[in-house]
Amino acid sequence: MDPTLQRGDRPVWARLRFDQMAPSGACAKGPIRPVLAPSRSRPIITIWSNRNATYFQLTTLEMDFTLDDEQRMLADTVGRFVAAEYEFEARRKRLAKNGGFSQELWDTLAGMGLFGLNVPVEHGGIGGGPVETLMVMEQLGRGLVLEPYIDTGVVAPRLIARFGSAAQRSRWLPCIADGSQRFALAALEPQARYDLNDIRTGAERRDGGFVLDGAKCVVPHGDSAHWLIVPARSAEGVTLFIVDAAAAGVHAQGFPTIDHRRVAELRLDQVRVADDQVIGAVGAGYPLLEWAVDQALAALAAEAVGAMDRLTELTCEHLRTRMQFGKPIGSFQSLQHRAADMRIAVEQARALALMAAAGADADDRAQRRRGAIAAKAMAGRSGRFVGQQATQLHGGMGMTDEMACGHYFKRLTAIDMTLGNTEHQVEAYGEFL
Amino acid sequence: MDLGPTSEEDAFRREVREFVAARLPDDIRRKVLGFLRVEREDYVRWQRILAEHGWGAPGWPVAHGGCGWNAVRRNIFEEECFVAGAPRQMPFGLSMIAPVLMKFGTPAQQQRFLPRILTMDDWWCQGYSEPGAGSDLASLKTRAVRRGDHYVVSGQKTWTSFAQWANWMFALVRTGTDGKPQQGISLLLIRMDSPGITVRPIKTLDGGFDINEVFLEDVRVPLDGLIGEQDAGWTIAKYLLGHERTAIAGLGMCKRLLRRLKEVARSQTKRGRPLIDDPRFRDKLSKIEIDVHAHEWALARLVSLEQAGQGLGAEPSMLKIRGSEIQAELGELLMECAGPYAVPHVEDALSPDHAGATAGGAELNPLTGLYLDLRKVAIYGGTNEIQRGLIGKAIVGA
Ligand SMILES: Cc1cc2nc3c(=O)[nH]c(=O)nc-3n(C[C@H](O)[C@H](O)[C@H](O)COP(=O)(O)OP(=O)(O)OC[C@H]3O[C@@H](n4cnc5c(N)ncnc54)[C@H](O)[C@@H]3O)c2cc1C
Repeated sequence: MDPTLQRGDRPVWARLRFDQMAPSGACAKGPIRPVLAPSRSRPIITIWSNRNATYFQLTTLEMDFTLDDEQRMLADTVGRFVAAEYEFEARRKRLAKNGGFSQELWDTLAGMGLFGLNVPVEHGGIGGGPVETLMVMEQLGRGLVLEPYIDTGVVAPRLIARFGSAAQRSRWLPCIADGSQRFALAALEPQARYDLNDIRTGAERRDGGFVLDGAKCVVPHGDSAHWLIVPARSAEGVTLFIVDAAAAGVHAQGFPTIDHRRVAELRLDQVRVADDQVIGAVGAGYPLLEWAVDQALAALAAEAVGAMDRLTELTCEHLRTRMQFGKPIGSFQSLQHRAADMRIAVEQARALALMAAAGADADDRAQRRRGAIAAKAMAGRSGRFVGQQATQLHGGMGMTDEMACGHYFKRLTAIDMTLGNTEHQVEAYGEFL
Repeated sequence: MDLGPTSEEDAFRREVREFVAARLPDDIRRKVLGFLRVEREDYVRWQRILAEHGWGAPGWPVAHGGCGWNAVRRNIFEEECFVAGAPRQMPFGLSMIAPVLMKFGTPAQQQRFLPRILTMDDWWCQGYSEPGAGSDLASLKTRAVRRGDHYVVSGQKTWTSFAQWANWMFALVRTGTDGKPQQGISLLLIRMDSPGITVRPIKTLDGGFDINEVFLEDVRVPLDGLIGEQDAGWTIAKYLLGHERTAIAGLGMCKRLLRRLKEVARSQTKRGRPLIDDPRFRDKLSKIEIDVHAHEWALARLVSLEQAGQGLGAEPSMLKIRGSEIQAELGELLMECAGPYAVPHVEDALSPDHAGATAGGAELNPLTGLYLDLRKVAIYGGTNEIQRGLIGKAIVGA
């Protein structure tokens, strides 16, 4: 272990350096295990082959589990915000009042600069990246924060900063950073299930712009977003558009979700968009869509880690305090084993959330996708396991709306079923075998 | 050993199937099969239709107005009713307190209650669990003190299913404090409209309100509400729980869920083809159907062993564990069918009169709630951990 790590520190936040990356695609197989290289005191990740007994080192990357000052401040601030504003009873009261999210807390998040996390410094942001995103998402997950963060705080700024024109960057990034504009990624269509490429929404060139027609489904908070990121198909191929949610012809019907958030079904009816609302090149939007979804998958995976970590803590607390047969139920070995398995599941999900963060900025598509897909698959699987076990170990209390347990279970369930459940991700991963 | 159904059993199955097809009201069928909210009146209506036909109490002896069917017939009956979309016959009166009344009740108690259970003029709830007494039922604290011609009952029950609809509760109460905790427990029948009773609904994960807290404050219960001897309630309680667990094998529910799963898997598409044709999903369906077959044959075998007096005594526990696991998994697969539409959830649309829209359509809207709700089967009626403990004791014995 890193000597700078204190006992009790949780080695979550990693800064990953790819200065010694192997050629892409070379590290497709095998479990990842940290080993101590003899010449160093820090753990080195080595990828082993599982085809035969001899392993060979394909990649090394140095992991530094310590936080730098800025990162520590960020994590502390978000952690404090979540602890104060998202104390469970306070959250429950807010849910009972209006459901969905609160503009007031959105503004608080904005005041903390969190929407600028992925906005470059020159556009008024913090200039953070995947590692900072991972940190923030884990904290939001721990508190079951309802304010829709991923699309506005991660997907839109990362997408625009990386693929937007100079004009688009200076138009959108500052108003993302200050929290005044909300974005929603409309990745899926009603007939598509989780297939990103199944795009029937049409884009037709007209009068120096485009006209969009079609439907998008289960768009996170699509009924309160100001801007929609919409893939549509034209003669040139798939193009990614930024659509004004208030434009004529955009119809959003909002629905509550199982985890007390909102999604919208969108209908686009002869919606006019200008050329400068195209992100990247016309007809070259599909890889961008995939890229954007990968950012969302990595963020969702990190959020799930936070939620399962907290849920495991809550369950262990319950095991310590719930008395039956004259002793804490945690003294029954069968329940201890279950708690241990929950902890292992969290660790697996965390490991792959790290892998996803490590690859989120990679130029190499396979490296990026593999990480995002694997992380989301594991988040789904571990999340289901942790949610189900927590419910079972809470007994009757686990089935009620009054206990935090069930709310974590519901969020983990919803994360699993968002942008591709475990089954879908496992299938998608097949591309990289 | 003679495997497979006899021609007589086949004929019986057909008879039940035809009866349910003809007599189950369509509005009830639609609610039940669509996993919408079923109301008190729906349960009562169906029970009365059954009772009128002489099928109100499959498990009771004929002398008490029951069918006197053996376990095989009872299973066939339950299965056919479930698969066709009948509401379940509420167990609290019919298969929990009724057998107890028959075995331990006075003739007066039997005459008073049994006919009303058959026609569901009374709705019973089960007051066993308390906030501090779940798996460890013997630690219950609700006290009943004898004063002249009545008991005075004070305490709190919880998780009481359908207490909001019940007019009677059978409750375990503490009447003595000497000796082991199992001693000094009595079983009382309590009118729910007695002064001093408050019912507070508990909202569940899926947004439902089927379980409740019941507060009892100096509730007066006439002495004829005592079943059997005072302080001897534990044996009676255990007798009753044995009945509950057999029902929790839930084969009928497994089959209903499996049928629905196939329907939904047929109606949903993946890459433009029915989901049921997707090899990945198809494998899961095959696996769960095999599990259901195993459960069915295990139920048949274990019930017949038990009837022949050759059982371990842990048969109900085994069946309960598998039944609950299969139901939970079927719920999970149903949710998976919905894909992205597993996330939106319009609670009001679980009421059949809801006119508004749902995101993925009425077929998909209830499925995630169903998944969450089905986790309860591994908890109620004695958790799966407790059941495993019982099986372990029976087979390891160390
Ligand atoms: C939907 C629902 C409906 C219900 N309806 C009724 C009803 O109508 N009437 C009624 O009286 N009750 C009812 N119950 C209560 C039910 O019987 C209890 O929830 C159940 O017995 C578990 O008790 P508990 O909830 O207190 O959990 P606890 O006993 O606190 O158990 C918590 C966890 O500890 C485990 N555990 C406890 N003891 C042991 C042990 N010795 N070894 C290993 N593990 C152990 C349990 O398995 C569980 O995982 C209902 C419950 C639910 C969820």
